[in-house]
Amino acid sequence: MPASVFAPWNDPSEKPLIRFRNVTKRFGDFTAIDDLSLDIFEREFFALLGPSGCGKTTMMRMLAGFESPSDGSIELAGQDIVSVPPNKRAVNMMFQSYALFPHLTIWDNIAFGLRRDKRPKLDIADRVEEMLKLTRLEKFARRKPHQISGGQRQRVALARSLAKAPKLLLLDEPLGALDKKLRQDTQFELMDIQEKTGTTFVIVTHDQEEAMTVASRVAVMDEGRLIQVATPDAIYEAPNSVYVADFIGDVNIIAGIASSTGPGRYKIAWREDQAPFVAMSDKPFSEGAECYLAIRPEKVQISAQKPDEAANTVQGTVLDIAYLGNISTYIVELANGTQIKAQIANTRRISNRSFTWEDTVWLSWSDTAGILLDG
Amino acid sequence: MTRLSWFNVTSLTLGFAFLYLPMVILVIFSFNESRLVTVWAGFSTKWYGELLGNEAFLDAAWVTLKVAVFSSTLATVLGTMAAYVLVRGRRFPGRTLFSGMIYAPLVMPEVITGLSLLLLFIGIGLDRGVMTIVLAHTTFAMCYVSVVVSSRLMTFDRSLEEAALDLGCSPFEAFRLVTLPIIAPAVISGWLLAFTLSLDDLVIASFAAGPSATTLPIKIFSAVRLGVSPEINALSTIMIAIVTVGVITASLISKQNAVRQQRDEQTAARTA
Ligand SMILES: Nc1ncnc2c1ncn2[C@@H]1O[C@H](COP(=O)(O)OP(=O)(O)O)[C@@H](O)[C@H]1O
Ligand SMILES: [Mg+2]
Repeated sequence: MPASVFAPWNDPSEKPLIRFRNVTKRFGDFTAIDDLSLDIFEREFFALLGPSGCGKTTMMRMLAGFESPSDGSIELAGQDIVSVPPNKRAVNMMFQSYALFPHLTIWDNIAFGLRRDKRPKLDIADRVEEMLKLTRLEKFARRKPHQISGGQRQRVALARSLAKAPKLLLLDEPLGALDKKLRQDTQFELMDIQEKTGTTFVIVTHDQEEAMTVASRVAVMDEGRLIQVATPDAIYEAPNSVYVADFIGDVNIIAGIASSTGPGRYKIAWREDQAPFVAMSDKPFSEGAECYLAIRPEKVQISAQKPDEAANTVQGTVLDIAYLGNISTYIVELANGTQIKAQIANTRRISNRSFTWEDTVWLSWSDTAGILLDG
Repeated sequence: MTRLSWFNVTSLTLGFAFLYLPMVILVIFSFNESRLVTVWAGFSTKWYGELLGNEAFLDAAWVTLKVAVFSSTLATVLGTMAAYVLVRGRRFPGRTLFSGMIYAPLVMPEVITGLSLLLLFIGIGLDRGVMTIVLAHTTFAMCYVSVVVSSRLMTFDRSLEEAALDLGCSPFEAFRLVTLPIIAPAVISGWLLAFTLSLDDLVIASFAAGPSATTLPIKIFSAVRLGVSPEINALSTIMIAIVTVGVITASLISKQNAVRQQRDEQTAARTA
């Protein structure tokens, strides 16, 4: 077995660092977290992804100790931590608002947690310098938080939460306040720091691209429940539900009725006046079951002539073209009004493009391009 | 900018005259050479000198100062604690009632506050003296402090305290190391407010004071009934100076604080 693949979640002998067991959190009669169980392993970079209000912050606050579950237990390194107050947990949190202490310098902000441990002065100074260097803030050590930029403040918040070398670092939408370019740089920086320090990171985000970039595993949440927990590529290539497929990236969803045509092979009747689609699926579907075919736009080919060898072909007219620089998305309307998106790389200049609005085109994809879902 | 019209100038002059003319006259006559209050006989500071030799006045001044320092300090501690609990605390039964009650002394007629305190002191057999005045002043100044401090706490970012807890502070350490330094300007202006309130209180002090201790306002009031002397003018001038300095400092601190808060909020908004 190759030792280089980091996948402790596949190893049954591995003990999880964090274990949520049937955790429910209610605020009054509103259920924010609903009977949720989840294992997170040491050295993971775990992303919680979901729409606003689905309970991501609540999960973090339970890990940090600011909220306690109404039901169930939370274990950290094998110990139930529900009754441990926040100041006694080997967990640090980087707040969504950064929560830097305005009356202290950057240096003192970073030293704040170390001083609470009553460590020797020299140790504290060494550790602070190390953190300043790691986050490239040496020049700003003597400034107050209001004297530095947003991006620098975000790095101070990170340095402060890392300084105590926690077992677990919680990052609540840490990059929400940054512009796109700075955000991407910081994502790589975070991954770098995570690798260097070996800390377990749990990051909250509502940006699916960010989750895909940084995480070893992603948990997609909806209304206080986990919908799917998997590696980013598994989430993207093999979503387990229409909700996940739709939430992560762009996707065409076609509803139909499945019928088997061979082992693992299905015919999807989706319109009476059109030939059925064919798709392979590991997941079994009973005869006549309702199903959804999910196909990523980049897996749909577009051509002027009907291709000979494709498993699925369908004709339509170009309704809209979205030019995104490196790629273009074509929205093609079929005769019955269904719209399908196809994405192609822009290897040629715009003026040389072969299709334009109102053109009649053929869309095609293979029988393994789509994924068959039951809801 | 609109220019000042004659109407504005007149109303401004009249307003200020009403407010400050009596005090200006008092201050001027405190430097009067003559013993006659209404006749100007040249500039002199002799009444200030004479004041220094007046044991009774000096005693009263000392009592007043002691009372003001102790009561404003006590009021600041209690008022800050009350404000913290009211703004931060979890809901507890009777919280609304409690928060309403803490502001009641603000609107209560002083005579009633004084009388009820007097009845209480007599009821529990407390000898009236410095201590009873301190208690009385603490009672009524505390709600002013709590109003000032709680309005600051309302806008205080809760996640700062959580960050402190997260980094290993006990709840008390979080308050001492993070909350208190940040709200300090409000606490200090609360203290100054309590201090000046105590300095110039006559009504409540008259109820709480006993033969063993008299405050300056009481002393002045009773002296004036025997006739106004330039000595009293000098004394009053000194008190006006102290109160003015206190009020100006308090408002400067809270203004500076407001400016800083606005700046912090602006930087926060820019990054949000
Ligand atoms: N202290 C609270 N009291 C009542 N409702 C809360 C509280 N905290 C969170 N909620 C509710 O729980 C849900 C999940 O919130 P949160 O975890 O903050 O979502 P997000 O995924 O956006 O971080 C929201 O509907 C929110 O209104
Ligand atoms: Mg949130």
